Amino acid sequence: MATMTRPTPSGGVELHKRTHPVRRDVVRALPLTPAVVLLLIFLVGPILWCCYAAFTNTALTGAGSGDTRFVGLDNFRQAFGSDAFWNSVVLTLVFTLLSAVIGQNVLGLALALLQKRATAVVRTIVGTAVIGAWVIPEVVAGYVWYAYLAQDGTMNEIISRLGLSQNWLYTLPILAVSVANIWRGTAFSMLVYNAALSEIPQEIEEAAEMDGATGFSKLVHVTIPMLRRTLTTNLMLITLQTLSAFGLIWTMTRGGPGTKSQTLPLYMYEQAFSFSQLGYGTALALVLLAVGAVFSVFYMRLLREDA
Amino acid sequence: MRDRVANPVTTTPTTTIAPTAPVTTGHGRGPRTWVGTATVNVVTAAIGLMFLLPMLWVVFAAFNAQAGLKVEWPGSNVSLENFRAVLTPETTYRPMYNGLVLCVGASAIAIVAATLAAYPLSRFETRYKRPFLLSILFSTGLPITAIMVPVYGLFVQLNLIDTIGGTVLFMATTSLPIAIFLVKNFMDGVPISLEEAAWTDGASSMQTLRYVVLPLMWPGMSVVLIFTFIGLWGNFFIPFVLLLSPDRLPASVSIFTFFGQYGTVAWGQLAAYSVLYTLPVILLYVLLSRRLGGAFTFGGAIKG
Repeated sequence: MATMTRPTPSGGVELHKRTHPVRRDVVRALPLTPAVVLLLIFLVGPILWCCYAAFTNTALTGAGSGDTRFVGLDNFRQAFGSDAFWNSVVLTLVFTLLSAVIGQNVLGLALALLQKRATAVVRTIVGTAVIGAWVIPEVVAGYVWYAYLAQDGTMNEIISRLGLSQNWLYTLPILAVSVANIWRGTAFSMLVYNAALSEIPQEIEEAAEMDGATGFSKLVHVTIPMLRRTLTTNLMLITLQTLSAFGLIWTMTRGGPGTKSQTLPLYMYEQAFSFSQLGYGTALALVLLAVGAVFSVFYMRLLREDA
Repeated sequence: MRDRVANPVTTTPTTTIAPTAPVTTGHGRGPRTWVGTATVNVVTAAIGLMFLLPMLWVVFAAFNAQAGLKVEWPGSNVSLENFRAVLTPETTYRPMYNGLVLCVGASAIAIVAATLAAYPLSRFETRYKRPFLLSILFSTGLPITAIMVPVYGLFVQLNLIDTIGGTVLFMATTSLPIAIFLVKNFMDGVPISLEEAAWTDGASSMQTLRYVVLPLMWPGMSVVLIFTFIGLWGNFFIPFVLLLSPDRLPASVSIFTFFGQYGTVAWGQLAAYSVLYTLPVILLYVLLSRRLGGAFTFGGAIKG
């Protein structure tokens, strides 16, 4: 953090002296300014435009490209009446639950716990492998798994004796992309849990061991409750990231075969950019945001119970 | 307590050795511990192998002049031909340099802004805090593909299209929500009691942030830096839309055009390029993971 050497010019020197409450709040909020300005210009502005465009027939070509009209809820009606839309919603939920909530989260926590006890050599090598999978850029990861699961790929080579050889990307596309996403994303959860585990005070673990707690019971009654805030936060972050995953699925299957792995972001991309229906596409973006909001509210509830 | 608050920076290096010694092993409690450790090692190694297997293809294929889709030991085909083919200014050097400029700039802006923003969010209570944090959370899940259309329009309006500066700012903004959230949570882990001591000594909140809080949350900050940089390094969609001149495109975009030529994919060259493209993030991780080893200094500061 060499970049943090200078305090902000109007830093709150007065902070804890007796100042007027409103002025104090303003001074305290000052460090938020750079972040808020960036977010307002580059994120909130475009989102507001999305909210407007979702209720219009904005299009790049064809009907609606010349005169953009307000069409009310037509885009949403079109979505809720379309099989392709519901297909993509179901696939998105399956993909998110399988790869983020279950896969990345459980495997990440397991790895963090295992690494604490493993010998240094094993810990280093395994940590490197898991993190290696994560630092590989999304497009490359997509092709790594394309190669791994293809008809003449490594996976089929390994299981050739079992007679199960098949082109996994065609037979089980959503499972294939989910496994690839677990492979790619687990390192994030692992790193978060590693950091959180290291912050659990040593004496608490020692006290639990004194009381006779070992292995599984220590995990359930001591470690996990200590991690609850981290758990919930991590779940929320990886859920939201997975909901909008695009590059990995795109490089592996392009949403296919047919629409068998076409999650909501891919459906949205197809509608907005391939078919140039920006209005409909942004309506889908709003639906995606709503799904994210539902998940977030659920996790927020968990966090509140915590406090 | 006071001493530790006054010089947390100087105490850091002396305690970094702590985590390298496994805490739970070597208690010498007889065969049960030994069997337990062995099981843990085997299970961990098995998981690691599953992560390693798909990746082997990239490494082997990169050195194999006749690479296919299978993991194959290059054997007699081993050569640096693939690297020779892609190591040209147009294919590798310039995109790599552009990518570094974009990602270093955007990560720096994002982390400074996120740290400044996280401090009041972590330390002070106001009624606006919760709604603000909720909105930050929602925006972490924002499908960037969806807002790229209005963002493109905005960049044309502001005359920022095809500029490195504008792209850096937008990339920084996309990683800001998650960075704010992570930094804020790691900061919550630093007990406020340490700062109160510094405040009594007359330090300003920016001084306590710099000299008390940040030195204590290095592991967290390293995680945030790694996460931000890697996310940006792998992102192809933003520069793809916002940058037009071929000589400004970063590695993430040129690899996409590489992959885009369907039917004529030279798998070996692709793998070689992937290896080169992945190297910078691996270097960053290796450098920072040494710092991550300092995680336990934190525990020391609380105990005092």
